[in-house]
Parts: sequence; structure tokens; C-alpha cells
Amino acid sequence: MEARKNRDLLVFAGFVALGLVAPLAVYPLFLMKVLCFALFACAFNLLIGYVGLLSFGHAMFFGFAAYVSGYSVKVLGWPTEVGILAGVAVAAALGLVAGAIAIRRQGIYFAMVTLALAQMVYFFCVQAKFTGGEDGIQAIPRRPLLGLLPITNDFVFYYVVLAIFCAGFLIIWRTIHSPFGQVLKAIRENEARAISLGYAVDRFKLIAFVLSAALAGLAGATKAIVFQLASLTDVAWQMSGEVVLMTLVGGMGTVFGPVVGAGIIITMQNYLAGFGEWVLVIQGGIFVVTVLLFRRGVVGEIMALAQYLRRGGKSAAAGPSSPAVAQGQPAE
Amino acid sequence: MFELIGVAPQALFGQLLLGLINGAFYALLSLGLAVIFGLMNVINFTHGAQYMMGAFASWMLLQYLGIPYWGALVLAPILVGATGIVIERLFISRLYHLDHLYGLLLTFGLALIIEGLFRQQYGSSGLPYTNPIPGGTNLGFMFLPYYRAWVIVFSLVVCFGTWFMIEKTKLGSYLRAATERPDLVQAFGINVPRMITLTYGFGVGLAALAGVLAAPIYSVNPVMGANLIIVVFAVVVIGGMGSILGSIVTGFGLGIVEGLTKVFYPEASNTVIFIIMAIVLMLRPQGLFGTPR
Repeated sequence: MEARKNRDLLVFAGFVALGLVAPLAVYPLFLMKVLCFALFACAFNLLIGYVGLLSFGHAMFFGFAAYVSGYSVKVLGWPTEVGILAGVAVAAALGLVAGAIAIRRQGIYFAMVTLALAQMVYFFCVQAKFTGGEDGIQAIPRRPLLGLLPITNDFVFYYVVLAIFCAGFLIIWRTIHSPFGQVLKAIRENEARAISLGYAVDRFKLIAFVLSAALAGLAGATKAIVFQLASLTDVAWQMSGEVVLMTLVGGMGTVFGPVVGAGIIITMQNYLAGFGEWVLVIQGGIFVVTVLLFRRGVVGEIMALAQYLRRGGKSAAAGPSSPAVAQGQPAE
Repeated sequence: MFELIGVAPQALFGQLLLGLINGAFYALLSLGLAVIFGLMNVINFTHGAQYMMGAFASWMLLQYLGIPYWGALVLAPILVGATGIVIERLFISRLYHLDHLYGLLLTFGLALIIEGLFRQQYGSSGLPYTNPIPGGTNLGFMFLPYYRAWVIVFSLVVCFGTWFMIEKTKLGSYLRAATERPDLVQAFGINVPRMITLTYGFGVGLAALAGVLAAPIYSVNPVMGANLIIVVFAVVVIGGMGSILGSIVTGFGLGIVEGLTKVFYPEASNTVIFIIMAIVLMLRPQGLFGTPR
């Protein structure tokens, strides 16, 4: 356990080092997009990977926080950092309400309920005045951060976004390695047993849900400032599907899977931008292939392979480090 | 002419009729979802895409083969149901031993593929489909188009036919038994895997039938199923998937509620079903007709 924690920290340090030098080779705007979606996917993964809850409506937090931060910075004239925090706070509040409703059902129903709630938020955003309807909120200004950092410069802003991502990532990492995180995993493995041990399961689930919503909101609010745009795309069900896809491809229930998955999917979208509707077909294809052939995702498969090699190729059976979600424990 | 709370009866009954028609689609789709879920424990996310395929199949049959609406009403569900059987054999059948969530993810991916292919081919603007029974009659308080009356009557017949088949026939008793204990039913010499495949085909066929019925009312459109399926999910959560009759009643009931909301508070007409879902979840989490676990 300790060894794995140290190894994870080492990998994380490697990622950060890579992140520090990356803008020398790649456009910072593209990297910021990857980081925002990586944080979004990590927040989503906290629920599916560590509590076993599949939320099919996480776009409501991502997109709504984008609207809130965009509106407060552009229309209300708030400073950038306050705007982002406002987005996070509203996303957390929305998560509290949506979570309280959704955790009343488990498994597949939970997915359907979150999807339906997100659709409700979507229709609200279509009709509400402050979201700007089909136009969205455009040309959100990038005011100097804390009054001094000139984030109109993409290079400067990139390092700010990297710091935001690292903070979010470390919050998640700390959560899943805390006693609280252990209880979450117990709920994932056997909810009835966790209840019989005296844990207030619903409260644990709700706290995890709010945390996940707040971090998804942080990702959305940051994304709105980066692209200076908050639109209906961010809050639509396709966005919820995309974050599921990123996490699935990277590896559900792995610490770094969502980061890798976000990198893969965003890069793919970048290259396929000119192919129109084929992007949808290809994304669907990736879903099907991943579910059928490598459910553990890229990172999960690499970890399984490493374990296989360490055991001298004797057993391919996945050990405790593989995500339990991938082994098909009953959901209800 | 009488006035109802300041609303013209023409508008009221017109929306009520539209609500009933939407309710018919909700009922047909949630019925298919419930039948599939009962036996396979898979939430069929492809259901919306298959509804869209049904509408497109009837459009194609008319356009390319000259087969009119009445032929499509029989042929389209069979054709789309057959594609469902292929999908079940090729993909879904490989996931039965896994967590149910994987079935949801797989069928979501399939829905994206199907929708993407149709959008690539036909664009996202709608294609028109001629009304097979034009005209209508004036009932005094409202104008009733014949085709809409036909949709309501026919979908009621299909819904209750399905209910009768599942609850009252021998085939249905096998089906219900296999829902409870597939292993025991298999031990009695019934080919359960084949039954599952055919059931999936039947559920998909129901979705396609709803699509054929919808084609003359709404334009035939690659995205027509995507948004509808989310509402149907909410309908399923409200009703609970435990009972066939429950799905039918909830479907029609929510369609009517939605129609009434369009008259009295149009701003909420898109969201009213989701709001009802939230309230039902707070008061009766298992759904109106569901059984608590």
C-alpha cells in the first residue's frame, strides 16, 4: 500500500515535470483544454472508480459552472479568481441537490436519474436569460489573476491552469487515500455490508457526489475563462458522454487513467475536427471496442501487464490494484 | 362555447391530444425498455436510435421501394428488430456476466455510431413523410385529425397486446419465469439464450414501430431519438420497471401531464417530467409501480 502510494506520487511528479516543459513543444491552448478535461474526468472517476456510481449527467456541473464563472466575470465584472470560485460553489450546491435526489437509486437507475437531471439543467440553460441561449456567453475577458498575473498570455495562463489541475488532482488523491476514501471503496465493493457495519452510506455517497460536482465545476469554470466562452455544448448530454468515454478509455478506478483518457480523446478530436459526423461514429466505436475488449482502459491494462510480468508471467489474473469495476461485481 | 380557466378549449384539447400522442410514444418505448431490462438486465441506450431507425426505415421503404405506410408498419419493425438481433448476438451477449453498467456503456456507444452514420448520410434537417390518412373531423370542441386518432388507438392496441402476451399466454409465462430464474428455466429444456435474443428483437421492434407511427407527425430526423430517450428514461424511473401495465399507464399519463403543462405553463413543458421524476424519487424511490428491494 505504502509502496504503491510512493509509486503513484513518483508518476505524478513525472506528469508534472512533463506538464512544465510541454508548452515548449505543444500549443498552450490545446494543453489547457486537455488539463481542463483531465480534471473533469478525474472528478467523474472519483464517483465511478471509487464509489461505483456511474453519473451520466456530469455535464450539468461542468457546463453550469462555466456559465456562472463566465457571467460573473463578464457581466458582473468580478475578478477571474472570484468568478471561478463562484462557479465551483454553484456546482457544489447543484451537486448537493442533484446528489440528494440521485443517490435514492442505485446502479443503472442512478445513471438514468443523473442523465435526466442533467437534461433538466440543459433545458433550464436553453431558456434562462443569463446564459445567452444559443449564443452562450462569448468574449469572457481574461482579467489579470489576483490583479497581477497577466493571463491574457497563453503561456502564463497555462501554468495557472496546470496549478489548478494539480490542486484538484491532489484533492482527489488525498480523498481516496483517506479513511473516508476507504469507506467509499467499501461501499463500492459491498454496500449492504457497509450499512451493516454502521456506516451512514448515503451521507458518504452524498459527500463524494458533492466533491465530484465541485471539481467538475472547477474544470468547467476554468475552461470558460480559457476559451472565453460558455455555451450549450458544455452542458449537453453529449458532454456527459464524452467524460464517460475519457475515463473508460483511460481506465476507470485508476488514479491516472482519466488524465491519459482525456489526453487521448482531446487529441483525437483535434485531428478529426474536419471529419464532421464521423467523429460521433468513431467515438461510439471506441466505446464499443473498449467495453468489449479492454474494459480496464489503457492505464488499467498497463498495470495488469506490469503485474503479470512481475509474477513471472504465471498468472494473468488481475490483482487488487486493478479496478474492481472492471471485474463486474453486481451493481445492485 | 365554454372557457376553461381562461384557456380556449381548442388549445386545451389540441395540446391534450398532442400529449396523448407523446404519451403513446413514451408508453411504447418504455414498454420495450422494460421488457428488455426484465430479461437481460440491460438498459438499452440504443432504444432512441432504434426508434429513429424505424422512422427512417419507413421513409426508405417508401422512397426506394415504393412500399406505402401500411406495408412499412409491418416491415419496418421486423427489419429494425432483425438488426437488433444481430446487435444482441454480436455485442450485448458478450456482456451478460459483467456489471450491468457495461451494457449501458456499450449500447450508448452503439447509439452514437448509428446516429452518426445517419447524420453523415442524411444531415440533421428533417425529411418529410406524407400523412397516410389525411383529413379529420370536427368534434365540436376540437378538430381531430384522423391520423392522430389512429396513432392513439393503434398504440393502445399494441400496448395491451404486449401486456396480454406477457401476462396471459404460455410464452409470456416462460418469459416471466426466465426473468426470475434463467438457470432453472434452462434446466427445464427451454432455450433461454434464444429467448433473450428474440426478446431483444421484440423490444427493438416496438421502438421501431413507435418510429413508424411518429414519421408522419414529426419529420424523419437522425436526432429524433436522442432527446426522446432521455425523457423515456425519466418515465421509466417514475413508473418503475416492475410492471408492464405500470409502464403503459405512466407513459400515457406523463404525456397528458406534459400536454397540460404546455397549455398552463409553457416554460416548464420541457422539464415537467424531470421535475416529477425528482419528486417521485424523494417520496417513493422505487417508482410508482416498482417493487421495493
